Amino acid sequence: MTRRGLTVIASLLLLLALLSGLSVMSGKVWAPFSAWTAGSDDPRWAIIFELRIPRTILAVLVGGALGLSGASLQGYTRNPLADPGVLGVSAMAAFGAVMTLYLGLSASAPWVMAAAGMAGAMVGVAALLGLAGTSGGMVTFILAGVILNTVASAGVALALNLAPNAWAAQEIIDWLMGSLADRSILDVRIAAGPIVVGALILLSLGRALDALTLGETGARTLGIDLNRTRILLALGVGLTCGASVAVTGVVSFVGLVVPHLLRPIVGERPGALLVPSALGGAALVMAADILVRLTPSAAEVKLGVAMAALGGPFFLFMLVSMRRRLT
Amino acid sequence: MTGSGLGLGAGLSADSVAIAFDGRAVLGGISLTFRPGEVTAIVGPNGAGKSTLLACLVGLRKPGSGVVRLDGQPILSLPPRDRARRIGFLPQSPEIAWGLEVEVLVGLGRIPHAGAGGLSAADNAAVAQALAATDLAAFARRDVTTLSGGERARALIARVLAGQPRWLVADEPLAGLDPGHQLDAADLFQGFVRDDPGRGVVVTLHDLGMAARIAHRIVVLARGAILADGTPGEALTPEVMAQAYGVDARYHAGPGGPAFELVGRLKS
Repeated sequence: MTRRGLTVIASLLLLLALLSGLSVMSGKVWAPFSAWTAGSDDPRWAIIFELRIPRTILAVLVGGALGLSGASLQGYTRNPLADPGVLGVSAMAAFGAVMTLYLGLSASAPWVMAAAGMAGAMVGVAALLGLAGTSGGMVTFILAGVILNTVASAGVALALNLAPNAWAAQEIIDWLMGSLADRSILDVRIAAGPIVVGALILLSLGRALDALTLGETGARTLGIDLNRTRILLALGVGLTCGASVAVTGVVSFVGLVVPHLLRPIVGERPGALLVPSALGGAALVMAADILVRLTPSAAEVKLGVAMAALGGPFFLFMLVSMRRRLT
Repeated sequence: MTGSGLGLGAGLSADSVAIAFDGRAVLGGISLTFRPGEVTAIVGPNGAGKSTLLACLVGLRKPGSGVVRLDGQPILSLPPRDRARRIGFLPQSPEIAWGLEVEVLVGLGRIPHAGAGGLSAADNAAVAQALAATDLAAFARRDVTTLSGGERARALIARVLAGQPRWLVADEPLAGLDPGHQLDAADLFQGFVRDDPGRGVVVTLHDLGMAARIAHRIVVLARGAILADGTPGEALTPEVMAQAYGVDARYHAGPGGPAFELVGRLKS
């Protein structure tokens, strides 16, 4: 790890600590530090410990998962436009999770939806690697992502179409928009295990992703086992992305934006971007979540909607600035 | 010229290596032993099977039959990292996906050696040495995407040198370089074996004049078979050139170094 890398990681950790403090304090009810020590008879105590703290932890987990899987997918595909959302992995996770809502299985046990989300995401990554082939170029991966997004959203639309009643359809729609609101410590418990395990798997791929800078031939002659790399990538992205989509719905563009913003600071070596992207993703999701909480509107703006509103133009800007490289 | 005999000798050897694509034989039972201390150039017309042979030699491709051995051991039975430490491979027109700094690119060559914690002091020393050998020390912090073709080629050679392999195998490393940079690169290959006679170089080349100039030994490959194998004077005879390329060409061991003259196309 270079000194520059360590400085960036230290700064991001500091930013994350500041944002976490702010996240616990802010919302419809302002809870300053004095409320923390007031004891459990203060109504703000319940808000802090039962709502704000789980929400803050989830923001770290989900943002970290999305930033890290974005950086890993970009490293593997050697494509700065790769992202779990763009490549259809999030949509496949959502499809898996929506099926449990539609079939009414999600209520049977709290982990069912997360498991279905992870299965969907893993199928998504596997299909992506299969469709784009072993030597897939930039355009092939994006087209494979378009196909996955189409198939997954058709599946979700079908579930909405066939929903037994308006209430079931509303449940699916609410969840799809992506939000950290009203999540409990139970959601944290469900998501934490898979996200931590998946993140460790992805972090172990740093060396393989670095070697892939020299293409598949280059990586193989550097002693990298690409089949192992592909399996670990599918597992890691499946666990992190699947679990985060299952507890928060679809929050897109985090994995696209964060590595892109960090590249000029950290350098472009894919392995060096992994940890900063996880921290940056956590900071971005938490900052966005604080903003949606503070937005003065009758109903809270959903986090996924806010991120899409910001991410869309950003994606357009990236595409325009990269147009020459894409042809 | 023959296989490795008992298969125990030092060196990189191909023993009856044959490979076919869609029923068409690309290599028809090649047996060659590359010796340490030599620069061996593999030349031959387009489609002769040069790149396929190199891919078999470095363990990227499994031959249909036959076996490649490194110091007596079948190369495909070696652990990939071990193989990567011993053979450095420079593919034809290599890809560099990201805008890395030159020293970071060269550091990728240490991947087979480095532990999980990144580059050690020894790794960094090897990188610095490779940068110095290729005259790139002043470019260490430059973004590779801003380099000229010649600088980029040197950086890619430095990447292989940083791995401190015993064997350096390169597919068309001089393609696209101007004569001055071709000579610079050729010097690097010759220096690689001169500095340590335990090391060896295998390169494919299109430019026969350059092959005559830099190689101790030339193997002429045509239609998947060995047509000639020996010193430049022995391998680049008018008969071999006529048979391999259908050209009239002469090799002269002139006073200013070997020269190769292309007279013209032979009418068949």
